[in-house]
Amino acid sequence: MSEMRIVGKPRTKIDAVSKVTGAAKYGDDMMLPRMAYGKLLRSTQPHAYIRRIDVSRARALPGVLDVITGKDLPIHYGVLPNNQDETALAMDRVRYIGEPVAAVAALDERTAERACDLIEVEYEPIKPLLTMEDALAPNAGRIHDWTRTPNAHKIVSLEFGDVEAAFGRADLVREDTFLYEGNSHVPLETHAVVAKFEGGHLTLWSGTQVPHYVQRALAQVLNIPHGHVRVILPAIGGGFGGKSEPLSFEFCASELSRRTGRPVKIVLTREEQFYTHRGRHPAKMWMKTGVKRDGELTGLAVKIFLDGGAFSSFGIASTYYTGALTPITYKVPAYKFDGVRVFTNKPPCGPKRGHGGPQPRFGFEIQLDKLAEDLGMDPIALRRRNLVEPYSTTVNSLRITSCGLSECIAQVEKGSGWQERRGKMPPGKGLGFAASAYLSGTGTTMWHPDLPHSGAHVQIDRGGAITVFCGSAEIGQGSDHLLAALVAEELGVYPEDVRVVAGDTGITPVDLGSYSSRVTFMSGNATLKATGELKAKLLEAASRVLETAPEELEFGDYEIHDRNDHANSIKLVDAIVRAEAQFGTLGATGSYSPPRLGGNYRGSVIGTSPAYSFTACVAQVDVDADTGEVRVEKLWVAHDCGRALNPTLVHGQIQGCAYMGVGEALMETQQIDGRGLHMSPSLLEYHLPTSIETPEIETILVQAIDPEGPYGAKEAGEGPQNPIVPAITNAVYQATGVRFDETPLSADKVYRALHKKKGQRETTLTIPEFRFPEPERPTPREYYGDCS
Amino acid sequence: MIRLPPFRFFTPGTLTEATRLFAEHERAVVVSGGTDLYPNMKRLQVSPPSLISLRGVRELKTIQAGADGSIHLGAGMTLTQIERHALVRERVPSLVEAIPLVSTLPLRNMGTLGGNLCLDTRCHFINQTPFWRQAVGSCLKDVGDVCRVAPGGSRCWAIASADLPPLLIALGARIRLVSERGEREIPLSELYRDDGIHYLNKMQDEILTRVILPRNENVRAGYLKLRRRGAFDFPSLGVGAALQFNADGVCESARVVLGAVTSKPLEMPQAQGLVGEKLSAPLIAGVAEAIALQARPLQLADYTYAFRKQMVAVYTSKLLNRLAD
Ligand SMILES: Cc1cc2nc3c(=O)[nH]c(=O)nc-3n(C[C@H](O)[C@H](O)[C@H](O)COP(=O)(O)OP(=O)(O)OC[C@H]3O[C@@H](n4cnc5c(N)ncnc54)[C@H](O)[C@@H]3O)c2cc1C
Repeated sequence: MSEMRIVGKPRTKIDAVSKVTGAAKYGDDMMLPRMAYGKLLRSTQPHAYIRRIDVSRARALPGVLDVITGKDLPIHYGVLPNNQDETALAMDRVRYIGEPVAAVAALDERTAERACDLIEVEYEPIKPLLTMEDALAPNAGRIHDWTRTPNAHKIVSLEFGDVEAAFGRADLVREDTFLYEGNSHVPLETHAVVAKFEGGHLTLWSGTQVPHYVQRALAQVLNIPHGHVRVILPAIGGGFGGKSEPLSFEFCASELSRRTGRPVKIVLTREEQFYTHRGRHPAKMWMKTGVKRDGELTGLAVKIFLDGGAFSSFGIASTYYTGALTPITYKVPAYKFDGVRVFTNKPPCGPKRGHGGPQPRFGFEIQLDKLAEDLGMDPIALRRRNLVEPYSTTVNSLRITSCGLSECIAQVEKGSGWQERRGKMPPGKGLGFAASAYLSGTGTTMWHPDLPHSGAHVQIDRGGAITVFCGSAEIGQGSDHLLAALVAEELGVYPEDVRVVAGDTGITPVDLGSYSSRVTFMSGNATLKATGELKAKLLEAASRVLETAPEELEFGDYEIHDRNDHANSIKLVDAIVRAEAQFGTLGATGSYSPPRLGGNYRGSVIGTSPAYSFTACVAQVDVDADTGEVRVEKLWVAHDCGRALNPTLVHGQIQGCAYMGVGEALMETQQIDGRGLHMSPSLLEYHLPTSIETPEIETILVQAIDPEGPYGAKEAGEGPQNPIVPAITNAVYQATGVRFDETPLSADKVYRALHKKKGQRETTLTIPEFRFPEPERPTPREYYGDCS
Repeated sequence: MIRLPPFRFFTPGTLTEATRLFAEHERAVVVSGGTDLYPNMKRLQVSPPSLISLRGVRELKTIQAGADGSIHLGAGMTLTQIERHALVRERVPSLVEAIPLVSTLPLRNMGTLGGNLCLDTRCHFINQTPFWRQAVGSCLKDVGDVCRVAPGGSRCWAIASADLPPLLIALGARIRLVSERGEREIPLSELYRDDGIHYLNKMQDEILTRVILPRNENVRAGYLKLRRRGAFDFPSLGVGAALQFNADGVCESARVVLGAVTSKPLEMPQAQGLVGEKLSAPLIAGVAEAIALQARPLQLADYTYAFRKQMVAVYTSKLLNRLAD
């Protein structure tokens, strides 16, 4: 390959200036002529039958255009095809405080709000089930009637190899119980939509991560042809997983627009954002690991209970993920996973950055830390002893290709001065380590498993304008920039020269959206495929002029030249004109489907990915023994993202992940109290770290070039989140000598543990009582290499 | 977006104009920086029909030295203006240290001294939206008849949550209150009542015009605050203290005032245990324990009440040790 001009070079994002100057237009900036404003009335009950709704007083209020309730949008939907358990507005029953019950459109927002106050809802309370223990208790009522075991949404039991035998072979076996608290995404921008229904066609501007899924669900629920729905993304103020499924207000705005004949805008308040949620599942986990005296892992058994809240969301995937992702970093010869997602009367949980990874990773990395100590081994040495190898298969049949984990570990070990400093720090200070792996896009999709995951169309006009069309969703991560950068690298121009039309289901090929860290890898590959076709035509046309074989030609700055004689060149625009003359209008479409991956058991495709990223982290903390306050002083995070297409963006993603990890480690919880009430539904009470709590973060890029990624790229948006919390928690142990098997490490909790009076009873963590079924016992696959 | 309810807005230019407006507008309320009042209004905790803005009232925007060595701080000065004022920096360093612990810089650029001293009491159950309060069932400070913190009782336990009163009371501050009926000066400590609803001993139409700090040579004072983060958060506990020493290093007077424990800043008489003594760590620890024993926070602010109580001793001795050094 000739030297790259764009790829691998730090560059400013093409949309950076518009974001910084305020020129970018977000959902709430949208204004359309005759636009009306929508508001949702939400349930004040955690669990109740709706006996009566009277909207007549609301309707009579001057300025109110229409009011809808559950029966007006009765068709069920859900982001996964096998769990269509939501309606836009509660039908006859509410299942959490904050669930939408009615929607109003009015001439202004205040009137819409007042109209909501005038709606009378008569509830007949049902006993709420607010903990997993209560929901799984033998005589518990049901939150949904369709689950086989009451309130057990999804149960997964798998055993790879013989775990009991593996524990028998071990010299040391540990069992621990862990609690990972739930937390919310808290994007800066709350959900915002504008719907315009005109002439039987619906256009929805929505700050969603998944325009395609929203289009599909709108057509279904509004009962109109798929082709009559167009979803367009405005600029989006962050998603982090909370905007990756169709949500109530999208349907309500659309239906209200259909009824009123006016565009309708709905913007959620911060409080409503917390009720909409879909955040990280609270998880109670039991883990058992066996090791040989030299540190070799013999087996791992885990039981995980996910508190899912009131609806399914991505829950099936969440459950499988918490099982699938753990064995990717270290060789685990035998592995048993029991997982259950439990319905409770709380805002529904879903995917948050690292989906399913952070909770088991927290338990596993802490347990390894404890095992290392029991064995008298350095925690890093224990991990090294068991590192997965590149181009291998895990016990649960996941195919690993490129893998820079070993290098990541070496980098943070060196950067942090681990060997020289650990154990020799002043009292209250400590270093902790953890590592992890994550998907570069899920290897499967549940709706149309046989169709491409991403499509892109590239077109070049005769004046030299280059446009990429792709359904991908720019949510701030830089996906638009990367598509422009890839095309620019290929065609000899600069990212600023490429127009990206993305996230508009009306005019772009389908891309599944911004989740599971899939966009760079998948839409990148689709775009390269399309560009490749055009490239061949341009080279062919140039070759005629330059009288040189196409193979001898390459793209330079705005030109095509002979790779051995740069003076023998043609301007790019001239080559374009020639190519159009020769081939007709220049446009090409490319698509990407992941190879067939997975094992020979049900659910084995969940957790597969065409490539995995790897991360290692060392955290340095300072604990004030007098007050219990934990300060994260520094994080070293090394991340194998494959080729860093734009290092600036990768560093940014790692920083963001690390910041989010600090929040989850120290203070963030989506806490619901014994009444079903959210305990912190505002930015004042839901504690996000400020810049004061944010440590110095040293980000290190490790680039294990992946054979299947675009230019060898993998992912950077979610993986680095995974090791942060256990690394911090392990560091707190080093600093204080006290183990914490739960999040977050708030000062009161740490203080209590450090100042435990003699004889004071320890609060032990437990998992709910639950009988898992006999596990399925698939045989692991051999390495199945190139399966494209 | 959460919007303000409608209200009439008046912008008097002088104190006389301001006080007169009260007579003309029933149930009018003064607003200064609005950083406390407006969020409370948005959540419909209070819905005054008229607001009298103090932002244009010139008399409230001065800082002067009195002939007796006192300092007069205008109640309309923003916290940032006070923090940066040369006279304050020279004469009341403890105040300069305490101000950055209040909320955030943008809020301190708006928020005023008067607003801070008259800050509404706070509670987890009242500082919520109407929707949330409806879901929990209303409380005493709202329109209901049950306290959600201590359901058995008949009083409101919302806590005094401003950061400056504990320090200013410890420093012996006095305040001036002005209304159409006249003027009066009282010790700041007497402004407060231990009642979450009627938390101020003043009439609604009395405007706090200035804070008078007495001459404070040989006084060592300070303020420590417990909160989850280094910005934004209201105190889960505040400890203000002022100590005076004679030439031999013997403590001549001692005041310790706790914020965010009850509905008023609590002056702790146990601090008198320091007077007449040369301060040592064990002595301080004993006094701090005695103070903590008398502090009974309830479960209505951030952090558990048990932890907040434990931190009374820790923060008090931390602060006193620092001042004794
Ligand atoms: C997110 C957030 C965090 C905060 N954190 C803190 C914190 O950590 N610590 C803290 O102490 N405060 C905090 N505050 C509150 C506030 O910013 C400060 O206390 C500020 O000093 C209040 O002054 P103000 O002028 O804005 O008050 P206003 O909102 O104008 O007034 C507050 C109250 O005082 C009355 N009032 C105001 N001036 C006078 C006067 N001259 N005479 C009589 N009555 C008067 C008003 O009628 C009103 O009832 C926070 C606020 C927010 C929004």
